[in-house]
Amino acid sequence: MAESGSYLYAVARDIGDVPACLTGVAETAVRAVARGGLTAYVSTVPLTQFGEDALRRNLEDLAWLEATARAHHRVVGGVARAAPTAPVRLVTVYSGDEQVCRLLEDRSEEFGTVLSNVAGRQEWGVKVYVDPKDAVSSEPADEGGTGARRPGTAYLKRRRTSLRSRESTWRAAVERAEEIDAALTAVAVAARRHHTQDPQLSGRDDWMVLNGAYLVDAGRGQEFAALTGTLAGGGVDVQLTGPWAPYSFTAELGGQSTETRA
Amino acid sequence: MTAEHTLGGALAAEGRIPAERVALVDLLDRLLSGGVALSGDLVLSIADIDLVHISLRLLITSVGELDVLERYGDE
Repeated sequence: MAESGSYLYAVARDIGDVPACLTGVAETAVRAVARGGLTAYVSTVPLTQFGEDALRRNLEDLAWLEATARAHHRVVGGVARAAPTAPVRLVTVYSGDEQVCRLLEDRSEEFGTVLSNVAGRQEWGVKVYVDPKDAVSSEPADEGGTGARRPGTAYLKRRRTSLRSRESTWRAAVERAEEIDAALTAVAVAARRHHTQDPQLSGRDDWMVLNGAYLVDAGRGQEFAALTGTLAGGGVDVQLTGPWAPYSFTAELGGQSTETRA
Repeated sequence: MTAEHTLGGALAAEGRIPAERVALVDLLDRLLSGGVALSGDLVLSIADIDLVHISLRLLITSVGELDVLERYGDE
């Protein structure tokens, strides 16, 4: 059984040279595999780390996952700064460079289409948060009356009111997110949505109502960034990340990627 | 406006944000659900791993609107 595999980071238009000094996952050297006008960026990884059983364990290890994700991202970023690039999903391992070459041959048309779509464009991330404490309308509490005589009924009533107001706050927040998304999509050439992040992961108590990705012409990046700044306010926080390599806009090739909207 | 926004805006001019400053959760959004998902001829891809058993599955699990409502409603 083979002891190593070819870890694939990205496929780019053939630009001749490998961007210098790229170190990949597990401290491996990155090299280019070129075929038919396309270049695949790969490194040789030990299956003791990237074989199925090993990977099952390693993906449970946050330190390993983070180091691997950041190394993958570093390589993708380095390539994307040099040429139109289709990032490949984290942990895609072929048995060798021959299989990677075959991939470039078999899927060259699809890669060509995807690379044309992302050429000269960058991905931006926009996350929208709503603080329910700021946005909640203050409904009058049930003072005295039923509360004094029938605490159980008063509790249920308060709870119903609270749930109702949270629900309407949530609905208003979602509407606001839709407006923001529409404004951003007008500047972008394409938009996708990622799942909203769990508060445990975002480290924030407020509600994430939008986790969007937008593919924007490089020449309109500043305009896009400036626009996000104007959309915050009134209990709504808008966070911009990027520019990113077009991770969220290569779904056409994979067939099953991020949620897609029309 | 937040520090992250300001950072993003400032670095937009330079064309990039240093990899170290990218939040892991934002990165994993893209690396685990974005990027070209390939099949065939592979030794392995992340799709082959049963993510249900990964303790970090929260990273790629949808938090539905109802879940959020319930969670906050129960506080």
